[in-house]
Amino acid sequence: MPNRYAYYPGCSLEKNARAYHISTLYVAEKLGVALEEVPDWNCCGATEYFAIAALPAYALVARNLALAQGMDWNGGQRHLVAPCSACFLNLSKTDHYMADSPQLAAQVNEALAAGGLHYDPGAVFVHHLLDVIVDDVGYEKVQEMVTKPLFGLRVAPYYGCLVTRPDYKHIHNEPEHPFCLDDLLAALGATVIDYPVKTACCGGHMTQISEDTALELIRRLLKAAADYRADAIVALCPMCQLNLDGYQAQVNKHFGTDYHIPILYFTQVMGLAFGATPEEIGIGKEFVDARPVLNKIQEKPPEEGKKRRKKRRDKQALPMPELLRTHTGRK
Amino acid sequence: MALDPGIVPEGRRTFMQEVIAATPGGDPHLELCLQCGTCGGSCPSGPDMDHTPRQLFAMIAAGMREDVLKSNTPWFCVSCYYCVVRCPQEIHITDIMYTLKRMAIEEGYYRESSAAEAPDFSETFIDFVEHYGRSFELGLATRYHLKHHPLGMLKMAGMGLNMLIKGRMDLKPTRIEHLDQLQAILQKAKELEGKD
Ligand code: SF4
Ligand code: SF4
Repeated sequence: MPNRYAYYPGCSLEKNARAYHISTLYVAEKLGVALEEVPDWNCCGATEYFAIAALPAYALVARNLALAQGMDWNGGQRHLVAPCSACFLNLSKTDHYMADSPQLAAQVNEALAAGGLHYDPGAVFVHHLLDVIVDDVGYEKVQEMVTKPLFGLRVAPYYGCLVTRPDYKHIHNEPEHPFCLDDLLAALGATVIDYPVKTACCGGHMTQISEDTALELIRRLLKAAADYRADAIVALCPMCQLNLDGYQAQVNKHFGTDYHIPILYFTQVMGLAFGATPEEIGIGKEFVDARPVLNKIQEKPPEEGKKRRKKRRDKQALPMPELLRTHTGRK
Repeated sequence: MALDPGIVPEGRRTFMQEVIAATPGGDPHLELCLQCGTCGGSCPSGPDMDHTPRQLFAMIAAGMREDVLKSNTPWFCVSCYYCVVRCPQEIHITDIMYTLKRMAIEEGYYRESSAAEAPDFSETFIDFVEHYGRSFELGLATRYHLKHHPLGMLKMAGMGLNMLIKGRMDLKPTRIEHLDQLQAILQKAKELEGKD
């Protein structure tokens, strides 16, 4: 594991997703992941700046990369981690395209120079928080920190879009059927459902552009979780969390449904298993209160859904073929 | 001057070439589209789009500039990258959607699409980013919705109030320390792109 990461919280974690920020710091401390905030970082432009102007959008993102490159790394490899999927995508995309296109790199650097900055494509390795936890820290170390296993809690692992797609760095190589979050949650003792829409889209900013489009996408995610009797959906992006949590009441109104599924960040779920109090990891800031489902956590693992013996049919089964065992020498 | 059929006169670019040139980064491979339809079949917004990405790309190849730039398709792209990872030709579909949004704004055609308010949302968002260095949800929500959905404001206000109560929304924007530096960078980038 790298001994230090530049930490890019992004605008959402400052306020709307404060719970993600708090729980990230909690978990990082427990796991010995050293995070140092990128000094004076700016917004990544989300999905908006690229719609207005290309070069300024890349330059906006690149300022953050340049600031991260300029931190004191003692000659070591530079790593940056972003917990927000959209920030992660924009940072890794800018780095990737600058490396791919010398023309873009030259123009971005000409713009950065107006602010006395420079970025060398490839200088900073951009991570999403999930891959730092599962790849750099590893499941074993996570498991060692578990003091309160989440026995009996049924969770839906929700990856959303941008962490496993487009995956410029080939970290996951599983754009549609990733399993690392599933495995992480299982390592915490939770019961992980096989969530069929784990990489479907939450609608992103469509709640603001065309609400009907967005509500339908959110409904699908809630319905699948409800069908599989999930107690909570576990998210790893502030936009996903806000759409599923903040718009759940509206989905219910719009479709006449009655979903009450809390949406937690994966770092909050980790914090719970590490023995944090709900307050320490920002639980209570959700619109759909998560505290009631936390009462489901039990002392012991649930009995593996007792295997029910299938009733045999009355009729006699077909006779088994005779086994010739001469070549084994056993008779 | 007699034109060679099928040959673009010197100095003139096809619409396809224009779109490719306006998409920075690596080669977007747009001309390689083989009309398989995988993109449209993967698209979460597909049902609400005027044209599937596949149709739109056929229209680009056919030089149907106006129809392409009036289509609501780019504005309904939610940037999910499903099509990108499934496209057999590795076309940078999402980036091309961003390019088409920019061209539609530049040429004013977006006003005729059914997503005519979408650019204003993006512009309001970046306005805060350019003035503070950080995004500002409360400002964005009030300014954008007051302008476009004054009647829907009540509904939004309910949600906004909840955000405030839960401590999930700031009342004033956060300003970065070296805002002048950021603004100089953005200004230079705009000049280089010929947008200023
Ligand atoms: S998936 Fe790719 S090749 Fe197939 S129609 Fe879409 S853009 Fe064209
Ligand atoms: S990236 Fe855009 S066009 Fe492609 S599947 Fe997603 S919403 Fe559709």
